[in-house]
Amino acid sequence: MNLTLKVWRQENRKASGRMETYHAKDIPQEASFLEMLDIVNERIISDGGDPIHFDHDCREGICGMCSLTINGIPHGPKRATTTCQLHMRHFQDGETIWIEPFHAKAFPVLKDLIVDRTAFDRVIEAGGFISVRAGSAVDANAIPIPKQDADLAFEAAACIGCGACVAACKNASAMLFVSAKASHLNHLPQGEPEKTRRVLSMVARMDSEGFGNCTNQYECVAVCPKSIPADNIAKLNRDYALATMKEALL
Amino acid sequence: MPLNLHSAIPSGPLNQKWTRHKMESKLINPANKRKFSVIVVGSGLAGGAAAATLSELGYKVKCFCYQDSPRRAHSIAAQGGINAAKNYQNDGDSVFRLFYDTIKGGDFRSREANVHRLAEVSLNIIDQCVAQGVPFAREYGGLLDNRSFGGAQVKRTFYARGQTGQQLLLGCYQALAKEIATGGVQMYPRTEMLDLVVVDDHAKGIIVRNLVTGEVSSHAADAVVLATGGYGNVFYLSTNAKGCNVMAAFRAHKRGAAFANPCYTQIHPTCIPVSGNYQSKLTLMSESLRNDGRIWVPTSQELAERIRAGELRAGDIAEDNRDYYLERKYPSFGNLSPRDIASRSAKEVCDEGRGVAPTGLGVFLDFRDAIQRDGHDAISARYGNLFQMYEKIKGENPYQTPMQIFPAVHYTMGGLWVDYNLMSNVPGLHVAGEANFSDHGANRLGASALMQGLADGYFVLPATIANYLATQTPGSVTAAHPEFKRCENEVNDRVRSMLQIRGDRSVDSFHRELGLLLWDGCGMERSKEGLQDALDRIPEIRDEFWRNVRIPGSGEHLNQELEKAGRVADYLEFAELLCHDALNREESCGGHFRLEHQFSANDPEVKNGVTQPGEAKRHDHKFCHVSAWEHTAAGKKPTLTKESLEFENVELSIRSYR
Repeated sequence: MNLTLKVWRQENRKASGRMETYHAKDIPQEASFLEMLDIVNERIISDGGDPIHFDHDCREGICGMCSLTINGIPHGPKRATTTCQLHMRHFQDGETIWIEPFHAKAFPVLKDLIVDRTAFDRVIEAGGFISVRAGSAVDANAIPIPKQDADLAFEAAACIGCGACVAACKNASAMLFVSAKASHLNHLPQGEPEKTRRVLSMVARMDSEGFGNCTNQYECVAVCPKSIPADNIAKLNRDYALATMKEALL
Repeated sequence: MPLNLHSAIPSGPLNQKWTRHKMESKLINPANKRKFSVIVVGSGLAGGAAAATLSELGYKVKCFCYQDSPRRAHSIAAQGGINAAKNYQNDGDSVFRLFYDTIKGGDFRSREANVHRLAEVSLNIIDQCVAQGVPFAREYGGLLDNRSFGGAQVKRTFYARGQTGQQLLLGCYQALAKEIATGGVQMYPRTEMLDLVVVDDHAKGIIVRNLVTGEVSSHAADAVVLATGGYGNVFYLSTNAKGCNVMAAFRAHKRGAAFANPCYTQIHPTCIPVSGNYQSKLTLMSESLRNDGRIWVPTSQELAERIRAGELRAGDIAEDNRDYYLERKYPSFGNLSPRDIASRSAKEVCDEGRGVAPTGLGVFLDFRDAIQRDGHDAISARYGNLFQMYEKIKGENPYQTPMQIFPAVHYTMGGLWVDYNLMSNVPGLHVAGEANFSDHGANRLGASALMQGLADGYFVLPATIANYLATQTPGSVTAAHPEFKRCENEVNDRVRSMLQIRGDRSVDSFHRELGLLLWDGCGMERSKEGLQDALDRIPEIRDEFWRNVRIPGSGEHLNQELEKAGRVADYLEFAELLCHDALNREESCGGHFRLEHQFSANDPEVKNGVTQPGEAKRHDHKFCHVSAWEHTAAGKKPTLTKESLEFENVELSIRSYR
């Protein structure tokens, strides 16, 4: 198939970017979206140009590294699919495809389509963990966990931290990401002791990193490659309200 | 001169060695621990766990990874599960049985003491992970569920749907985040190690490149831990992430660390077949699928041809015309035969012309019977995300048509040589996880990589590293030492000379060429002729690379082509080491299958029914050893030192899964 690509090119964090046009000819339908970019890059390199830089690693939808906004949608048109799992058979011959980075104030562009998502790491460092030293754990079966709680925790824990939720949100809110981690840990008895501290400090960090507020539009859920449900946001709001009250009483 | 390889295996009965070793290990008091600094390279299960745990103990840790976040290390892609001898299923499991299965699975080419320690520590790993909030699968009673994996007849695998690696890594990443928050760990993401710095024969630091700014800098510490994964990407196409590479391990090798058993590479039987030459990687379909999926090809070449031509579909083939070859050949393990055996069997039926993928290289993995037996919902609950992943890539629904699968490079058992303390022959340099050679022998069993990574990181290294540190004066070597400047200059020169080539060919084109050559010459089957041919051709590709590679841009900014070039340049040297080892090991064992060494109908072992023609033939009298290679010079044959393997608790036997 033959495609026209409009790609965001930006030298570095400080430079201003621009859209550039590339003609992608003879792309096999079975190729993945990133393999299509590989082919285009091979040609750019042989023509003496600078290849399009984009983040990618596992190429099987789990590491969360790939992060393209395709035709205006983070990770592209297919639901529950990361960019690396998207295949060219979902596009039409002759189509023009717009490729941009994940835009958000908290995710500055480093080069072309690569953004800095370390703000997510700092939110986790604020409290997205259970404090247990290696060696201090009790037997794994000592605390039974009802299957439905375990399943809810798992569903939230499936987040790959790609940042599509932020890129899709008009406020660049990170509520889906933050609530997924908080709710994974808050659903489990092991996460209970630190629950108050966890939600308060994660939310504070989220705000200070420059993520916006949630206005319940759920664009995040629509683009999430792991289909993390919006219930987590509701749970975080509830846990946050309780935590604020507990803090006030102390 | 042969190396002095002292394995430091403690004396005493097998099941007391680890306890005794911990008792006899040196301790560093809490006030002194904070004076010691440790560099950890890699943030996967082994590196992340080691960095977090060493920081919990009080050491000052610097952790480096090439990804944008430690949460993205490739351990995250492990699907099926993690083994532990908990015996929660009451089906006869024990530490000794896990130990025995692992030794046998490794085709009797690993150290008894290391493997037994791994089996012991497996119990603590599950406890630790559950305490961290890893959401393992549970039964309705609220207790942990298990499933079984290849090479075992008990259910000892803990899992979190098809995302076990992800959940374990997130547990580990969160532990690391906790330590980063306390200031115990300084994290350096998007930073790649380009060299090891050895001062007075001790590993005292590393040279790194900041992948965003291009800045090359030195970091000194009292000890260095490499947890940088395996070298499967030397084959270009593998199930590894695109960025996985051998650079850190190979740089350490060039600085004196012995590389052990590089020829032990694992080809995983169930991956999605290659579909075209643009393909950038292969995708694994978890081994856990073989709990319910049945592997087959048509009984005749003619039927296979008609399937390939699209005239027939799997569903059109009558039961009598299906050859469930693993069930036929290995009735007691069936579809759960170990990986090396299942892979070779797939190759065998495809070589006979019975493959079903359009390229002829593919077999069916069929869930028809399981869906009939347990229902669509039960299968979906077990493997839903894997089926989805398959459908995304192939555009076919595995609930309706069987999956097509074929073996692909997946894991490497070989790695840097380490002693019982996980220290290499370069004092101070420790190696953990897939990057070392220590626990899996010639073949790794499914669900054991996660176990080993976490064992090394959470429990082994934190206990053993003090044996080295206690002999050192903390902070005695700093990055101001002239050796750092010298190494930095070498690194900069290398980067500069690569950028100056300005040739005609892309980095990837060299990597693909090397990969194809190795897959043919040193892949699932190896022969003297094929290996010699590969050894002749590799230097030619390498020479052309250094003459004709084209790397756009400069070294002073984010340059992905430059990153790839550095890794491929090392593969072009490392590939020779791999082939030398494969050529030297004149036997077949585990993932290393030499065509010249297989059982034939005339062998007594075949006549008396112990094994079958075509099975791997070990030569214990000559090769019951670890092959540790020392670097000489690029393009020169490395020198070999052997560490003999002593088996006191298990009897060496022909590995049978019939």
